[in-house]
Amino acid sequence: MPRELLKGNVAIAEAAIRAGLEAYFGYPITPQTEILEHFARRMPELGRAFVQAESEVAAINMVYGAACTGVRVMSTSSSPGVSLMMEGLSYIMGTEIPVVLVNVMRGGPGLGNIAPSQGDYNQAVHGGGHGDYNPIVLAPSTVQEAIDMTILSFDLAERYRTACIVIADGSIGQIMEPAELPPMQPIKRKDWDWATNGAIGRERRILSSIYIDPNEEEVANLRMFKRWQEVQKNEVRYKEYHLDDADFVVIGFGTAGRVALSAVRTARQQGIKVGLLRPITVNPFPYDVLDELSKLAQAFLVVEMNMGQMLNDVQLAVKGRVPVEFHGRPGGMVPFPDEILNEIQRIATTELSIVSDPRHAWYERMVEFLK
Amino acid sequence: MATIAKPENLVYQRPEAFTEFPTHYCPGCTHGVAHRLIAEVLDEMHIIERTIGVAPVGCSVFAYNYFDCDFVEAAHGRAPAMATGIKRVLPDRVVFTYQGDGDLASIGMAEIMHAAGRGENLTVVFINNAIYGMTSGQMAPTSLPGMKTTSSPLGRDVEIHGYPLRMSEILANLDGAGYIARRSLHDPKNIRMAKKAIRTAFETQVRGLGFAMVELLSTCPTNWGISPLESLTWLEEHMIPAYPLGDYKVAPGVAEIKV
Repeated sequence: MPRELLKGNVAIAEAAIRAGLEAYFGYPITPQTEILEHFARRMPELGRAFVQAESEVAAINMVYGAACTGVRVMSTSSSPGVSLMMEGLSYIMGTEIPVVLVNVMRGGPGLGNIAPSQGDYNQAVHGGGHGDYNPIVLAPSTVQEAIDMTILSFDLAERYRTACIVIADGSIGQIMEPAELPPMQPIKRKDWDWATNGAIGRERRILSSIYIDPNEEEVANLRMFKRWQEVQKNEVRYKEYHLDDADFVVIGFGTAGRVALSAVRTARQQGIKVGLLRPITVNPFPYDVLDELSKLAQAFLVVEMNMGQMLNDVQLAVKGRVPVEFHGRPGGMVPFPDEILNEIQRIATTELSIVSDPRHAWYERMVEFLK
Repeated sequence: MATIAKPENLVYQRPEAFTEFPTHYCPGCTHGVAHRLIAEVLDEMHIIERTIGVAPVGCSVFAYNYFDCDFVEAAHGRAPAMATGIKRVLPDRVVFTYQGDGDLASIGMAEIMHAAGRGENLTVVFINNAIYGMTSGQMAPTSLPGMKTTSSPLGRDVEIHGYPLRMSEILANLDGAGYIARRSLHDPKNIRMAKKAIRTAFETQVRGLGFAMVELLSTCPTNWGISPLESLTWLEEHMIPAYPLGDYKVAPGVAEIKV
């Protein structure tokens, strides 16, 4: 297919349609509304289901119902709306059915603003709903990746009977850039052995997240974890840039990772041996890659558009071997390459110590920076 | 099953739409009656195979154990949204929710209102027993003024807790509603009328005539703290005046349904 100038939100919606999406349920919220609007026009003309729900609470439960029938279904929202979906997400995970959810993240907490943010990393990766569960979480940094990951999400969700969440910071939803959409795929309804689509000529099925006997719930939790171990083994995805001889490693996902790449390239031109690791799957997190890098690198710099959330996962992987530094822009702010370049230069030229929470020193630097 | 009567003498048997799962409901509770009426209707309409039920949270959380059809279990109050998701992708299936008063009229108010407003082709069976049963007797949005519950121990004071919600009257105002009726399960005559209403509600869906709900006034002897027999009398004397029985919305197409 030809490359087109596409807005991220529109690209996500159209990619889902071409991947065989049969039903969409959503609610308007900036900065993801163009997704809903694209579906509002396209789904009815294709004879597929579209409902503008009364709330994100209802939307995720419509998704839950449709997913139980085994069709490809999704919802999309932005941070405050995704918070409302956490109840439904927990039920979906507890019921072990495939669902795709996109969060075009905005500044928070609370009503916050409509600017790009990565403040929902922990909500997506480390829970958000109640109980123990592990969704697959993908983080695109370009419109092309948003297309590719939306399509991949459906395959992963079905393969592991899980929710797959795409966390795109608001800039990915709003940016326009050249990208290639895949050809339209015909809808292929699969004959899942778990789907509640009417017990015609077969035994009836029940889909539920209830295990009233704690012994059974414990077994269910362990079963889900075993499946998660398979995900961890098979599905870790990331991009490496200039890491072969890197003394210093920058880590960032989504837009933060993309901006960091500009800084890394400039630093390379200045002779600093720095590379970038950009996780594609933030869950499963590329722990093993970081573990290996931490045996070679002198220091790490985590760059995020939040108060330091992926930072904790990096620290887990690095295991205190070398210093892990942090630079973040929370609240809807996007870092400039110069800021990250300054941080790379500081790390390359300063004696660093290993601390449990590098955010304290970052906070002091931020206070100076914002003066 | 052992034959206890000659086929020609058999006047009463378990509906085929029922499983043989033993009931978990308290003695004297009318959930079992409501379940049976639904099962009989599913049998009579020969739709059990293509029916998908949506169970609520509340005493009837285990409703899926009793019906021999596919079932899903919703989050508290979200059954109409979940049913919407199912029906929109499988419009030729019959989808029903079974919800109590806390589920439907309190936490699930938005979902029921909008499902009705959209005219979703769903059947809703709404059990109104004026109390939260599963959590053991708290005030419901349908608890009567003065009614003592564990969360209104001195009786429901409308100055503090407000007034009961009459869901059939509320939903009947919506254009998307095809059939809205209130019936009672306190005596055989009313039970028969309830069954006709449930049949009409399923016929409404099958014919694509919009949202259908039957509200069933029901008893909760355990949490009302009176005997099953006294409960039936209490329902008749106190609930029916507060929740008058009748058809609240019969869309033109529905009026032509003969059951």
